[in-house]
Amino acid sequence: MTATLPERRSLLGPAVRVFEHHLLVYRRVWKSNVLGSVIRPLLYVLGMGLGVGSLVDDGPRADTALEGLTYFEFFAPAIMATTAMQILTNDALWPIRGGFVWFGTYHNQRATPIDAGDVVTGVLLWHLAKGVLSAGGVAVVLLLFDGTRTAALLPAVVFAAFAGIAYSAPLIAFSASRETDLAYPNIQRFVIVPMFLFSGAFYPIDQLPGWMQTVTRLTPIWHGVELCRGVVHGSLEFVNGAGHLAYLLVWLVVGYVLSRRVFTAKLGV
Amino acid sequence: MDTDEPLIRARGLEKRFGDFEAVKGIDFDVHRGESFGFLGPNGAGKSSTMRMVGAVSPVTGGELRLFGLDPATDGKAIRARLGVVPQQDQLDEMLNVEDNLVIYGRYFDISYAESRAQARKLLEFVQLEDRATSKIMPLSGGMKRRVTIARSLMNDPEILLLDEPTTGLDPQARHVLWDRLYRLKQQGVTLVLTTHYMDEAEQLCDRLVIMDEGRIVAEGPPAELIRVHSPREVLELRYPAGANAEQGPALEGIGARQEVLPDRVLVYADDGEAALSEVHRRGASPESALVRRSSLEDVFLRLTGRTLVE
Repeated sequence: MTATLPERRSLLGPAVRVFEHHLLVYRRVWKSNVLGSVIRPLLYVLGMGLGVGSLVDDGPRADTALEGLTYFEFFAPAIMATTAMQILTNDALWPIRGGFVWFGTYHNQRATPIDAGDVVTGVLLWHLAKGVLSAGGVAVVLLLFDGTRTAALLPAVVFAAFAGIAYSAPLIAFSASRETDLAYPNIQRFVIVPMFLFSGAFYPIDQLPGWMQTVTRLTPIWHGVELCRGVVHGSLEFVNGAGHLAYLLVWLVVGYVLSRRVFTAKLGV
Repeated sequence: MDTDEPLIRARGLEKRFGDFEAVKGIDFDVHRGESFGFLGPNGAGKSSTMRMVGAVSPVTGGELRLFGLDPATDGKAIRARLGVVPQQDQLDEMLNVEDNLVIYGRYFDISYAESRAQARKLLEFVQLEDRATSKIMPLSGGMKRRVTIARSLMNDPEILLLDEPTTGLDPQARHVLWDRLYRLKQQGVTLVLTTHYMDEAEQLCDRLVIMDEGRIVAEGPPAELIRVHSPREVLELRYPAGANAEQGPALEGIGARQEVLPDRVLVYADDGEAALSEVHRRGASPESALVRRSSLEDVFLRLTGRTLVE
C-alpha cells in the first residue's frame, strides 16, 4: 500500500515540498504580483529620478555629492534592495499567521513527513525566490535606462534578495510567536518605513548626524543598498562586498534558528 | 512487524501542558482493520491524545508505539503511513479543490502525475469529481469535509485519524460522510476517531474508549458498553420546570436506577413501559414521557455523573 513512498528521502526534499506549495499558490496570483513589482519601482524611478533628480543633478554640488553618479544612477539600484525588503517583510507577517491560524497550512504539512524545521526552510527558500522575483522586477525596469543597463543587475538581484530575507527570517520568528496580529502594522510603520527612508537609498548617509549614521550601518538594508549600488556601478570592492554579505547572512542565520525554534514549539504542542 | 502486534499501542500515556494534565496515563491498543473511537466531552483529552498518535505532539509520559515505532524518533516514518482529518478542514482557499489534494500528495513525495491521478480517484470516491476545479469558498461544510477526507487519503494511509469528523455538519451531510467512512473501513483502513456524538460512535466504532478528564473510564464495543453499564431501556420523564428534583420520593424504587437532570428525570429499567405504568399508578404522572433504548450517553452519565454535550 505504501509502495509509492521511497525508502530514503533527501535532506532538503521535505523543505522543497513546502516551497512547491508556495509556488503553486503563486501561480494563481503571479500576474498581479509581477505587475506590482514592475509598476511600483517604475513609478519610484520616474517620480524620484525625474523630479528630485533634476533638482540634484543641476544643483551646486552635483559633481561630488553622489560619488559622480547622477541622482537616478545613485538611487535606482538601491530600490532593488528596498523593494525586496518591503515585499518580504510583508510576506513575513500576515502570510505566516495564515499558515498557522487562518489556513492551517503549516499544521497540514506537519501532519505529513514534513517537520517544523522543514517548514521554516521551505518558507525561507520561497522568500529567497520571492526576493529574486521582486528585485528582478526592478531590474527589468532598470534595463530600460542607459545609466543602469548592465549585466551586473544579475548579482544585484541576488544581493537584494539576501537583504530581503535578512529581514524576513527574524521577522518570521517574531510573527509566528505572536498570539495576535495586532503588532504587525506597527512593525511596518515603525520599523520598515524608517529603514526604507534612512537606508541610504535616497541620499548618502553621511548627510545624517553621526549617531544616525551608526544606526543606519547596523540595519541590514543599508548593507543591501551598498551591495546593489556598488555592484551595478562597478565600484564594489571584494572585501567590502564580502563584509556586507556576511552581515546579511548573520541576520538570516539568526532569524532561521529562531524561526525553527518557534515553529517547532508551535507545531508540536 | 509481528502481525499480532497492535498498530497503535499506548501504555500510561500522558500529556502535560505546564501544570495542566490533559491526558493522565491511558492504555489502549488499536488493531489493524479496526475502527476505534475516543468518546468524551470537550476537554476530555481526546484531541491531545490524537495529536500524540498523529506524531506531531510530543509524549510527555508513558509509552506510545505506532507500527511498532516510537513517534519521538520515527515521527516522519510514522506520519508517512497516517492519514489525518483535522478538526478544522484547513483547506487552502488560494488553491482549487484538486490542487489542494495534489500538493498534499507531494508532501508524501508522490510524483505530480501520480498525485493528480490519485486526487481524481479520491474526488470520485468522495463524490466531488465535478468539483475538481472549484474554489474552496463556495463549497458547503459537508463538501469541504469530504475534500479533507479525500486529502487525508492521498498517501493510501494504513491508519486514518479523524478528529471530530462530523462536528458542525447537518444530519444529511453527516450520513453521507459516515457512508464514505464505512466504505473505507470495509477496504481495510484502520479508523481512529474522536467524537462527542454518541450516535457517531455507535455508527462507526467497533470498539471505543470513553474519556473523561484525561482518563479512560470505560472501554469496549458500543453495544457491550451499554449492556454492561446500563439497563436495556430508559424512561424519560418531564415534569413542570423546576419540579424534576421533587419527584425523588414518589419514584423511589422504580427501575434499577434514576438520574435527575435539570430538564428531565431518567429512570433506567429493563422494561421502560412497565416502569411508566408504575409511575402513573403512584400518581406521579409527568407532563410528558418517552421510553427509549439505553445509549452511550447513558453509559457516560452513569460513569461520570455528567452529560456528554453540555
